Amino acid sequence: MADEKEKKYLLGNDAVAHACLEAGIDFASGYPGTPSSEVIDRLRAKKDPWYYVEWSVNEKVAFENALAAGWCGLRSIVTMKHVGLNVAADPLMTSSYTGTNGGFVILSADDPFAHSSQNEQDSRMYAKFAQIPCLDPSNVQTAHDYIKSAWDISEKFKLPVLFRPTTRICHSKSDVLLGDENPSTKKGAFNKNPKQYVVIPANTRPLHVALTKKQPEVAKYLVEAGYNTAEIRGKKAVIAGGISISYVEEIIPEDVSFIKIGAYPIDSVWLSEIISKHTEVLVIEELMPVIEEAVRQVAGTVTVHGKLDGYLPHEGEFSPLTVASAFEKAGFAKNPFTTLPAPAEVPVRPPILCSGCLHRSVFYAIKKVFKDGIFPSDIGCYTLGLQMGSVDTTICMGASVTVGSGISHSIEGAEVVSTIGDSTFLHTGVNGLINAVYNGANQTIIILDNRITAMTGHQPNPNTGLTAAGIASPKISLEEIARACGVSFVESVDPYDLTHLLATLREAKEKKGVKVIIAKQPCVIMNKRLGIKRSKYVVDETRCTKCGACLKYGCPAIETDSNGAALTTNLCTGCGVCADICPAGAIRKGGAKE
Amino acid sequence: MKKSYDVIIVGIGGQGTVLASNVLGDACVLEGRHVMGAETHGMSQRGGSVETHIRIDGKYGSLIVPGTADLLIAFDVLEALRYRHFLKSDGVMIVNREMVVPTSVFSNKLPVHKIEDVEAELKMWGGKVVLIDATKIAEDAGSPLAANIVLMGAASHTLPLAVESLAEAVRRNVPPKTVEINQKAFLLGREA
Repeated sequence: MADEKEKKYLLGNDAVAHACLEAGIDFASGYPGTPSSEVIDRLRAKKDPWYYVEWSVNEKVAFENALAAGWCGLRSIVTMKHVGLNVAADPLMTSSYTGTNGGFVILSADDPFAHSSQNEQDSRMYAKFAQIPCLDPSNVQTAHDYIKSAWDISEKFKLPVLFRPTTRICHSKSDVLLGDENPSTKKGAFNKNPKQYVVIPANTRPLHVALTKKQPEVAKYLVEAGYNTAEIRGKKAVIAGGISISYVEEIIPEDVSFIKIGAYPIDSVWLSEIISKHTEVLVIEELMPVIEEAVRQVAGTVTVHGKLDGYLPHEGEFSPLTVASAFEKAGFAKNPFTTLPAPAEVPVRPPILCSGCLHRSVFYAIKKVFKDGIFPSDIGCYTLGLQMGSVDTTICMGASVTVGSGISHSIEGAEVVSTIGDSTFLHTGVNGLINAVYNGANQTIIILDNRITAMTGHQPNPNTGLTAAGIASPKISLEEIARACGVSFVESVDPYDLTHLLATLREAKEKKGVKVIIAKQPCVIMNKRLGIKRSKYVVDETRCTKCGACLKYGCPAIETDSNGAALTTNLCTGCGVCADICPAGAIRKGGAKE
Repeated sequence: MKKSYDVIIVGIGGQGTVLASNVLGDACVLEGRHVMGAETHGMSQRGGSVETHIRIDGKYGSLIVPGTADLLIAFDVLEALRYRHFLKSDGVMIVNREMVVPTSVFSNKLPVHKIEDVEAELKMWGGKVVLIDATKIAEDAGSPLAANIVLMGAASHTLPLAVESLAEAVRRNVPPKTVEINQKAFLLGREA
């Protein structure tokens, strides 16, 4: 056991990555997605790792790679955000039937409050759906400890194990007690066994029976191993799971019992016995009422409070305040947070596209050329194009292309312009492109090619030319992919060259069929890191007519002086697009390179 | 109930709030004390308003409830105003005299705040308000990027942590090439 000296102030995801090293993993794959991305990023940053690590092109691909490693007897992990598990749901649902030979852990990070997501789905439901164990940490330390033991559980029951942290754990920090790394020298081996690995109907039926049989054993083990615990202290009880446990711990009175759920499935025999010792219980968990439904099934005459009777919300992220309010409502304890001061009125400061970001000029040009267009977009920094009026739909990865096709087939003569980033295009955009061409859609697809997966923290993808481990990879060509899909109009443009960009969009507008335009400029944050500099642009105030055209462009480097004339700040990265926009010719290259 | 000392650090994505939180967190670990912190990651970092919660001696959740924080450290006066309600009534505010006007104010042609007006509104706060020219002091120390460490220095009188632990945590957390500049920034901030 590690001693106190080894405590470190670590981000939840860093603690999880360290636990992977302590558990001696052999294989890691994933697709970036907030709040999960740092786990693979930390694993790939390790020098001379003993394990294999990859960023995959999407979550399904990542999942199947890691599953295969598990089949080969290795300890593997696949990481993703909650909505990524939707993409990987196909292999997930049958991987519980085949089971695994080595330990196989699925990290799916949930995002209550949708801090950086399109929904608030609950990965615990997937674990229930697939009938696999699910570990649900309550703080950074348990995140570390739980995932470290996840491979043992997987190997014990020969099942994939789902590890489900939430944003508030992934992106919280605390003093964490770490153990030692445990390098693995394991060699993979595949033992052919069609009855397990070839899920034709005749094989899958008995596999399902075997899976069902494992369930009570798993549930019993999770109590014995201390994931699910009960402290009986009175006739009233609080049952909590996930981060809510931390909030409850801070305010629970000494005469109220505390039942902590750290893993699923919950043993109903155990739960029933615990509940029966009380008269009233309050269930506290974020998102779906997973614990609450289990409690209500065994509660009998015991009064149960939770989401289903309106004591707590189904939606959003909990806080100490949410929990304290529920305590008060149930009469368990007074709410200590009585005086909540009102916030001051301050102009909002939402995230915006960086100064010099290629996406801004593309969105500007789209609005100029396609005045009556419909603009399906996708998941990435460029979703911020919403602020420029050039994003009309966003639902999930890759859907800019397919929603665009659907609209083109639904509305005669619709001018559809889809925008999608390079990583998202490679994730699930390609299938949509093949489909669009095959079925004769009329749409323009702009691939915003910044050569990196920017929003999640600049992870490399096949378009970067580097693997997760930093090894050069064969250069892939987005142009060649588009042509191979059957697109005849494929044009690459420099989005800083506004004149050419506008001309190319106009050309595409005149043509029928599927048109692909690839707008290429590296992410400006990467440029900054690589030391690539351009001369700044300056405003000649004697020529500025204060028309506001440059301000409307929304670049964070453009402000006004006290007289209302435009000026550029030191945020300018020298893209020069504003100089093309200014009708008075008042903006020119001029500042020093910084 | 409350035994932790709760700090909110606020600013704009990219200003170094996370590094400041690491300094506090490491100082706690150096003293063998518990600490919990919550950060903003992901897209919000793209020039958006960011908040970091740190609970020194915190053992439970990392989130701080409005009206209960002991100290607010702000990298920008507008952000100080935005998060002021997190402070308890006698909480302390340490604020960099800098104001970045949100881009949306210019692109939507909204009235632009004057920094003097925002400072005046901050001073109306019932608790202690310390306004400090952290960016200018950081420039004197060698780099405007060290403004976050100047603020740490200014906060060192108020924080329940030994100045030696904070200084050591600064040394451990800043890029190796900038240790000297940041150590100077910390001292200048402490004297300011």
